[in-house]
Amino acid sequence: MSAVIAENSAVAAVPSPKKPWVNRRESVRDTVPSLIIAVGVAVASVLLTGLAGPLGFYVTFVISFLVASFVSGLRHDSVKAIDKAMATLITAGFVTAFIPWVSILFTVFKRGASAFYLGYFTNDMAVTSADDDLGMGGLSHAIVGSVIILAIASLIAIPFGIITAVYITEVKGRLRGLVRVMVQSMSGVPSVVAGLFIYAVVVSKFGFSGVAGALALSILMLPTVARTAEEVLKLVPDDLRSAAYALGASQTATTFRIVLPTARSGLITASMLGLARVAGETAPLILTAFYSAIFSLKVTGQPLASLPMYVYQNFTTGTDTALTRAWGGAAVLLGMIFILFILARLSGGRSRR
Amino acid sequence: MVEGPPRRVIPNLRNAVDKRFSRIVTAGAMSTFVVLALIALFLLVRSAEVFKEFGISFLTESKWDAGSGDASQPAVFGIAAMLVGSVIVATMAMILAFPFVIGVSLFLEYYVGKKIRAVLVAILDLMAAIPSIIYGLWGYLVLMPHAAGWASTINKYFGWIPIFSVDVENFDASPFISALVLGMMIIPIACSVTREVYSRAPRDQIAAAYALGSSRWGAIRAVVLPFGKSGLIGGMLLGLGRALGETIAVLLTLNLVFEVKFQVLASAGGNVASLIASRFGEATPLESKALMAAGLILFILTLTVNFGASFIVNRSTKDAS
Repeated sequence: MSAVIAENSAVAAVPSPKKPWVNRRESVRDTVPSLIIAVGVAVASVLLTGLAGPLGFYVTFVISFLVASFVSGLRHDSVKAIDKAMATLITAGFVTAFIPWVSILFTVFKRGASAFYLGYFTNDMAVTSADDDLGMGGLSHAIVGSVIILAIASLIAIPFGIITAVYITEVKGRLRGLVRVMVQSMSGVPSVVAGLFIYAVVVSKFGFSGVAGALALSILMLPTVARTAEEVLKLVPDDLRSAAYALGASQTATTFRIVLPTARSGLITASMLGLARVAGETAPLILTAFYSAIFSLKVTGQPLASLPMYVYQNFTTGTDTALTRAWGGAAVLLGMIFILFILARLSGGRSRR
Repeated sequence: MVEGPPRRVIPNLRNAVDKRFSRIVTAGAMSTFVVLALIALFLLVRSAEVFKEFGISFLTESKWDAGSGDASQPAVFGIAAMLVGSVIVATMAMILAFPFVIGVSLFLEYYVGKKIRAVLVAILDLMAAIPSIIYGLWGYLVLMPHAAGWASTINKYFGWIPIFSVDVENFDASPFISALVLGMMIIPIACSVTREVYSRAPRDQIAAAYALGSSRWGAIRAVVLPFGKSGLIGGMLLGLGRALGETIAVLLTLNLVFEVKFQVLASAGGNVASLIASRFGEATPLESKALMAAGLILFILTLTVNFGASFIVNRSTKDAS
């Protein structure tokens, strides 16, 4: 026994500490040959066999890369081989999931751009039909309609969302567990059901209107605002509250003058995320605000246009120019949501773990 | 014994203003209850007539006919085909999304560095915010030509399995294509939960696995995956709730047919939410009540799934903390 130990220590003096979880250079050096082999196999199979196109290339590439990384790992042992194969598989899963999204962004902005011209943002579709030349008409009515509907929806959903969050974190009411569950299940209400509800309550009496659309969207927006606001208010340090109480402030004053101002940027984030969540909702608007081709600021008594409905209308028309218009609307809509998202990020109140 | 200072009377911190404040806030917070209750109530009242007239056959019948208005052709409404179709599409979407949810979550938490992760997570959040109409538009115009080809290939080699068979060689607007689109939509939603739970896997156990000579995958299999199991299930259920209620993306990519069918590659399927959106424009009074009834059933279905999901997610995050 002691002889063995003595022999070992003679061979390897002091083993340097290893960090197996750190990506080392050699793992990169190991990967490159497998990558080259995989590309080679994929190119060969696309050229020589029945597999064709980018999809055939991608599938054979992933499979051969998987095999190559497994084999290259076998030079060490089977554990290493499985580890490398799984790393490849997981990376491939991630990349595969991202491809369609890249495709969506690419198509929306590429095809949408062909609908754009200067008047696209200032004209409406009152005297232009979906089949008319792309140099005519526009979506100013849809942009303005969307902005109006979203503004009214925020006027309802943001205060209620924040009040709900205040109830959970500040007032700490007895029912806060239940309220939280309710908020969660409310976020699962299908958008079309929210539309049906507002149809039954409002539209069946007063007809389609922008206000009805805003009410439906506020139902969908409230849970997002409430949940994000709750997270944000929880980040306000308890010391601040204690300090306020110690100075003799009432709970009301503490909430309004300490907690909410501290969390202001986070609350803006919550509102932006809520807006981004509902800005593209179409199904509830079909049942509530419907669509009008004419520029209008009137929010009651008549249908009001919106970007998602503009896309939907042009899609159902289905001709080439109409579809191009649909892509144009989609690009504007997506741009709007991205801006909301960037604003949410910039105000920077998202919780960090 | 020395007499201490007189006991101070600590005033009740909740003065009158506070009491009013707390009452107002409580009332505001109850809005969630009120809205949910009102939705259920209104849909129930509006659809009561339909349930009274058709009874259980509203759920078991798969005919949808507004009738001609007289006795010769009475109206018949049943959502069996739509209900089955909804479940089929949502289940397929889950099956398709499942491996990617695991892959994306693991990749983000254990295979990339902190800085790249922050960027990728921001992108993932953004993807969750892409409106369903854009998914539908893309699914119909860009994905469908490809996906119909894939469907035809699957049918060629696996057509002997009943669910992959077709009666007519038309692979457009099938449940398969809708499920692909829905699957893409639920990946970011499910991932946000799953990733969160995976990131809370006990560091000491992972370190212990490494210390015992485990590889990275070994540590993930031994520690992270068992730990995150309920989080994964909860995340997937959340996605399922979303998939069941999704309207517009399915409406654009699925051919609604009133017949209970299990051929997922054929150009015929059903979906409750899309039915509501597609029929509402020209619905007769009784038909719109039938659509309210369909909405009520959809509401109950998604509410149940979401309750289950939030229960499981809450439990798994409680275990973690």
